[in-house]
Amino acid sequence: MDKILRIDMGAEGGPKMQVESLGEYAGLGGRAMTSSVVAKEVPPFCHPLGGENKLVIAPGLLSGTGAAMSGRLSVGCKSPLTGGIKEANSGGQPAQVLARLGYGAIILEGKPQGDDLYKVFINKDGVKIEADNSLKMMTNYDLVSKMKGEYGDKIACISIGPAGEMKMQSASIACTDPEQRPSRHAGRGGTGAVMGAKGVKVIVLDDTGCKARPPKDLQKFRAANKIFVEGLSRHPVTGQALPAYGTNVLTNILNEAGAYPTCNFKVGQFAGAGKISGETIAELETKRGAGPTHACHRGCVIRCSGIYNDKDGNFLSKQPEYETVWAHGGHCGIDDPDAIAMLDFLDDTYGLDTIETGVAIGVAMQAGVVSYGDAQAAINLVKEIGKGTPLGRILGSGAAVTGKVFGVEKVPVVKGQAMPAYDPRAVQGIGVTYATSPMGADHTAGYSIATNILKSGGFVDPLKPEGQVALSRNLQVATAAIDSTGMCLFIAFAILDQPDTFQSLLDLLNSFYGLELTADSVSDLGKKVLRIERDFNSRAGFTKEDDRLPRFFYTDPVLPHNVTFMVKDEELDSLFDW
Amino acid sequence: MKVTVKLFASLRKDRFAVDDFDYQEGVTVGHILASLNISEEEAAIIFINARHGGPDSPLKEGDLLAIFPPVGGG
Repeated sequence: MDKILRIDMGAEGGPKMQVESLGEYAGLGGRAMTSSVVAKEVPPFCHPLGGENKLVIAPGLLSGTGAAMSGRLSVGCKSPLTGGIKEANSGGQPAQVLARLGYGAIILEGKPQGDDLYKVFINKDGVKIEADNSLKMMTNYDLVSKMKGEYGDKIACISIGPAGEMKMQSASIACTDPEQRPSRHAGRGGTGAVMGAKGVKVIVLDDTGCKARPPKDLQKFRAANKIFVEGLSRHPVTGQALPAYGTNVLTNILNEAGAYPTCNFKVGQFAGAGKISGETIAELETKRGAGPTHACHRGCVIRCSGIYNDKDGNFLSKQPEYETVWAHGGHCGIDDPDAIAMLDFLDDTYGLDTIETGVAIGVAMQAGVVSYGDAQAAINLVKEIGKGTPLGRILGSGAAVTGKVFGVEKVPVVKGQAMPAYDPRAVQGIGVTYATSPMGADHTAGYSIATNILKSGGFVDPLKPEGQVALSRNLQVATAAIDSTGMCLFIAFAILDQPDTFQSLLDLLNSFYGLELTADSVSDLGKKVLRIERDFNSRAGFTKEDDRLPRFFYTDPVLPHNVTFMVKDEELDSLFDW
Repeated sequence: MKVTVKLFASLRKDRFAVDDFDYQEGVTVGHILASLNISEEEAAIIFINARHGGPDSPLKEGDLLAIFPPVGGG
């Protein structure tokens, strides 16, 4: 991982590539890498779809090593959805494969001169880039199937579907899982539109003949990994609940907490929650010959993913994640798990962020475009997005645009990005994260649910404003650091509760790189990443007024708790004063 | 007095998903956990009428008690 592949898609005579040393980006990985490159090289006022924007794809510091859980891939750019800096990350195979091939980052830059669509193939012998217009408007699943035919079944793909080619603001970038399903996505912020604007359909990776990256101290590294894996197995969340039920175990808990946004954030509980809960879906998956336990990348020991078959036992989609089940489910008043799995599949194959897409449909339902609870209508709307009809293009532009077009007052977005599956009035800590994260409304940026609801890492009362800023700050700092290691964020449940597991993560980094990092240095890394991102947004014109929730969260109390968002503006503004 | 008890995830195994029970006045969450043979460690997250509670929390007529093992996601 000692080189950067830079491809100028706008060069005279066609794409021109260059492999260079890491230079000033040495020692960075994942989110620290993508945000550093974007902040340094992308003019903050550029148009996100223009030649000045860059798409940066980076494995984490531990990706491609023998460390468990190290398969997260970061994708960064100026976001077409928020207008600010974006880092979206994904599971799947590409991070491991890209890191073994030796690349610390791929940077796509420039503006293509024609309409050609390109594929990039990278293996141990080098990089090939060629135009392939037969791929135009191909869905992700069809595309990957074609790539397997051309390059064999040892590949990992990073790709866009029709939504990315149409440069929709909710377009995602797909990553393949170990069985070559394009089912893991860098979902948020429209990164797929930027890849589409660069004219790149797919990056095919083959690490045949490459070895795992060698640690500086192999013995210590192996010992640390053993303790790390043991800690993840021992913790009840990472060792039992996530493999048994997946992330959708949260449906029932958020619903019981009165924090499950229902029918576009109207109330905090959904009568149909039980029908689409993790418990119900895990049982259904097992009954239909698939199951709720699956690793999205090699080296994952938590295995929170799963496979969802239709009633005839044929593959329908991967197990939809909690936020997807919510966005296409409770948010839209839909309680049919088969319809939600179909929507998940359509989002994946068209290359759409499931959160942004589901929230946009719920906003359209509020406007009366179709009715709440009408699952078939929701499926038809997503198909309209895939076809790029005028209505589909409105919805594919995300919740904020959809709300404006249809005259909806209550649109749950921050910095133009849709809120996920947790009501910020009933979980005040997540409201702080939504408001202040440089990414826009993003639960993963500082997952206060862990402490507000799940009692992981202590407990802060979700219904009171006290303590929420400190909670969100600490989580945002820790998350920015974890996102730079390539580690899956779900390790946080174990490292928050078990000091020896946290120490083993430090030992993995230290033995691999010959460093002497402490908890403080990890925290410093997280702060550095956040500072870089905040600074980019500030240069792009963002002010403290952008760090607020939509007005209705301050004025309209939500049942059953009858609460509004109560954290004061001055407190939000103090979040980054550490 | 009547209390509705809901169990989730692994706590449902060999028990139930939802049921109504008659308890004597003064019953606490801890009493109910013991009667269901659920340890306090297993009952990591407890809601009484959608508010967090604990083993010492008292219950009253008509309450809804929801009990979860340690779970996470996101």
